[in-house]
Amino acid sequence: MGSKEQLFKYLLRLGDNALIQGHRLSEWCSRGPILEEDIALSNLALDNIGRAQAFLQYASEVEGNGHTADDLAYRRSERQYLNFLITELPTGNFAYTITKQLFIAQYDVILFEALCKSTDTTIAGIAAKAIKEARYHASHASDWCLRLGMGTALSHDLLQNEINDIWMFTGEMFEMTELDKDLVQFGISPDLTILQNIWLDKVGSVLIKSGIQLPGQGYQQTGSQQGIHTEHLGHILSEMQYLQRAYPDATW
Amino acid sequence: MNSTDLVTSFERKIDAEDKIEPRDAMPEKYRLHLIRQISQHAHSEVIGMQPEGNWLSRAPSLRAKQILLAKIQDEGGHGLYLYSAAETLGISRDEMIRQLHEGKARYSNIFNYPTLTWADIGAIGWLVDGAAIVNQVALQRTSYGPYARAMFRICKEESFHQRQGYEIMANMMKGTVAQREMAQDAMNRWWWPSLTMFGPHDSDSPHSGDAFRWKIKRKSNDELRQKFIDKTVQQAEVIGLTIPDAQLKWNEEKQGYDHGEINWEEFKRVINGDGPCNRQRIEHHKKCHEEGRWVREAAEAYQRKIQSINN
Repeated sequence: MGSKEQLFKYLLRLGDNALIQGHRLSEWCSRGPILEEDIALSNLALDNIGRAQAFLQYASEVEGNGHTADDLAYRRSERQYLNFLITELPTGNFAYTITKQLFIAQYDVILFEALCKSTDTTIAGIAAKAIKEARYHASHASDWCLRLGMGTALSHDLLQNEINDIWMFTGEMFEMTELDKDLVQFGISPDLTILQNIWLDKVGSVLIKSGIQLPGQGYQQTGSQQGIHTEHLGHILSEMQYLQRAYPDATW
Repeated sequence: MNSTDLVTSFERKIDAEDKIEPRDAMPEKYRLHLIRQISQHAHSEVIGMQPEGNWLSRAPSLRAKQILLAKIQDEGGHGLYLYSAAETLGISRDEMIRQLHEGKARYSNIFNYPTLTWADIGAIGWLVDGAAIVNQVALQRTSYGPYARAMFRICKEESFHQRQGYEIMANMMKGTVAQREMAQDAMNRWWWPSLTMFGPHDSDSPHSGDAFRWKIKRKSNDELRQKFIDKTVQQAEVIGLTIPDAQLKWNEEKQGYDHGEINWEEFKRVINGDGPCNRQRIEHHKKCHEEGRWVREAAEAYQRKIQSINN
């Protein structure tokens, strides 16, 4: 198995991705285009926060110095967060959110399928639960891509525009860092270059069916795995961590 | 069946405590009364998502965030059942939303108050949902079948909401001085508005006559308010919160609490549009509804395309 530090860092990535993605989705509450969708987006947010809790809980156990999952979520600063940049991008309009959801949920499906076979049995256990949710999230996003892509000229153009804009944040999800290379050796995490091809096939097929063109291979943003984020993350954390930071002695 | 027979069959059902179902004959006034009441109830669930949603991004723990998300999701679900129940009476959801935007349909006045601190989320769950449960338990016996059945489902979830609100308050009362002050402050601000959720005193309640006769309403505003006060005072005492009413006193004879007079001037002012958040709540709903228009149009256009391919 990899070192404790490596495993801890990997779990932070998994936990932070779910936490920040869930936080962004929760911003849709009372703002959905129809009530059914308002409820659906809250439900997706809830799944993500639950998953964040599971991964951060395990991270805190691996770290082993008395921190809780809440300490990890609410007491770390911007540079210590390891979520992918795509998760922290603003909520934007409905097409923007659906685009983020499509890219992230399709990634989650293939990642968790692979993690179900992780040599780390706790990760495998969490992945086995998360995979069911991720499949639903991916099909929710694919259904909406079809509706928006094939709906009206306006919805098609908005979706195409958001796909083009967010594409440069997808490559980061498949970067093989030194950490990934080590963890692959121990069978803890999968080879992301293999996952990337599956992801491209799946996302590509949804976009083609939706009448959307795949963006070309342009420049891909990077940085999150060194804790270099967009300007957005600081604002998310200052809101999310406000009570924990303002009342450091309180438990809620 | 002529119209006299229709009325007789309706009254016979009401007398026999049978439920009135969507296809049954019913007086026009009964139908309109129910549309008004159920749509108001549905709008309350939906508008209530705003003050609670206001704290989703700042919920102080992962558990608190999940519970609040689940709760607000439930409220949205209640809105859906209730819109569906109202639709069985021949009105569309679009029309109900139009009436809300035009100020012709109301929502619960309580949501015109702001959620200023995290303790307000506790107070809403405990007091506002607590008051709503008292109302809704009584409505499980209401005469219109779809409404009564929606209430059974809703009551189960509301009791979970009330417990989570009480738990937030109880934890804060066990916490630091700042937390206790925050909890008491929320209690002070939400207590009186919660009491107005039962509506005016029975002597001033304009809709009660017909509603009782038709068994839409089974208990009076004052009876329900009393029930709520009696159970809540004890819950407050257990966790050390003070009810902000100097005249609150146990009355041995009636086996219930006497309370101070409610500020009906404030109630009327807020219900007539001059509360702290009336404009904000409706503008938010209108804005999001308008921003979602292109999404709904896309979904409809897609549906039509699929149908034309299948035909």
